[in-house]
Amino acid sequence: MTTRAADLPETVERAHPTPGAAARLRSRHLLGITGLEADEIILILDTAEAMKEIGGRAIKKVPTLRGRTVVNLFFEPSTRTRTSFEIAEKRLSADTLSIATATSSVTKGETLVDTVRNLEAMSPDMIVMRHASSGAPELLSRICRSTIINAGDGMHEHPTQALLDAFTIREHKRRLSGLKVAIVGDLLHSRVLRSNLRLLTTMGAEVWACGPATLMPAGIGRLGATATTSVDEAVEGADVVMLLRIQNERMHGHFIPSVREYFALFGMTPERVRRAKADVIVMHPGPMNRGVEIDSAVADAPYSVILEQVSNGVAVRMAVLYLLAGRDEGESE
Amino acid sequence: MPQVMDADRMSRALTRIAHEILERNRGLDELALVGIRTRGVPIARRIAKALKEINGDDVPTGALDITLYRDDLMRHPVGPQPLVRRTEIPFSIDDRKIILVDDVLYTGRTIRAALDALIDFGRPRVIQLIALVDRGHRELPIKADYVGKNLPTSLRQSVQVRLQEIDGKDEIVVEGES
Repeated sequence: MTTRAADLPETVERAHPTPGAAARLRSRHLLGITGLEADEIILILDTAEAMKEIGGRAIKKVPTLRGRTVVNLFFEPSTRTRTSFEIAEKRLSADTLSIATATSSVTKGETLVDTVRNLEAMSPDMIVMRHASSGAPELLSRICRSTIINAGDGMHEHPTQALLDAFTIREHKRRLSGLKVAIVGDLLHSRVLRSNLRLLTTMGAEVWACGPATLMPAGIGRLGATATTSVDEAVEGADVVMLLRIQNERMHGHFIPSVREYFALFGMTPERVRRAKADVIVMHPGPMNRGVEIDSAVADAPYSVILEQVSNGVAVRMAVLYLLAGRDEGESE
Repeated sequence: MPQVMDADRMSRALTRIAHEILERNRGLDELALVGIRTRGVPIARRIAKALKEINGDDVPTGALDITLYRDDLMRHPVGPQPLVRRTEIPFSIDDRKIILVDDVLYTGRTIRAALDALIDFGRPRVIQLIALVDRGHRELPIKADYVGKNLPTSLRQSVQVRLQEIDGKDEIVVEGES
């Protein structure tokens, strides 16, 4: 009787608000949207709905992850994602510590694997990591006892961003399948694009990817997107317009003639938004460059849900932390 | 499997509990019902309805999900993970008399979790407890103030409360050998 301690009948535990949700996550890591199936995505989004209510309370804290240690290991600068994870961890009562590489031994020449092995010697339960190299979280997931959560790796994936985007879309549209989503910006360097593309196509949305030909990854059609260099075509009749940042730090390759020319051809202006559906929402994963990929008038318009995305990020990350913490180590996949 | 309560008797038990609440609290001022998800919620709504029929007053009703407060969360490496659902308490619980509502009172651990969860919302003047069924076998010092039916059971048995709103019919059945 000790393991079945709660006195709720079993059937109650299985009753679920959204049909088709998984009973639990299959992997104990979250490395990308690739590897998640539709039922697991629904489970995460449903759980996030319950987590969101906690953020509205006077005491924004539940004891669920008491005694668990979460390390936030960020090898790339990040304010939004790191803060969001930290708040999510604290709201679930986990013990957290954040390591930024500027102040760590990485600057003294330690390798990634050695850094993480040393951290693991102190027995954390989860490691949330961001790294400039695609595949770094996957590498660590093979050598670590801890649960690894990918908070963005190179040009590969940023799964929690795609999940919070999906959560925000679902809140407004009550569904994901059948929606037209236009994603406009630097498609080539964007991990947000890759994760969103996988998630949205898995859930049955129609994704249009739009950007200059020089910033269009080869084979994007194979990922399920309709590619176009015409922003008008992409936005026409769209339910959701999602903008991606023109990444200055990755612009050494002269992909666009100038920021002004980019804005003239691809910048999201109120006129362009008018081609979308009347109830369109405009999204941006941040940080946004006003006057480059997005007009200020659009960023601050009533249809802009950019700050909602940030609030929802905490709820979605709480859901991911909770669901992964329920996984026992050693029984992966 | 033996049915221990049908729809009629369930309805009478809930009406009796409503009368007991009125008697014990001398009116409904400052009173609110909070159902524990899942089946405590419709039971709380029915008791609120019974109170209104007797007394004419509306009693605020909320729903509490205790999943994040459970003491056995990480002890189920296999099988479905307890689903987290929304807590909805659309009123201040400070200085109110809160009556928690659950379907089956068993080990008491759910109620322990519910007390912790509730206190995160404020400081009620008093917390009372309604259980539709008390099946015994407490593991914590917890006692119900209002009980629909006392049902002695063995540890091997399971008690199923079925409600119209969730299961399509009202009944309580005991499954397994005594």
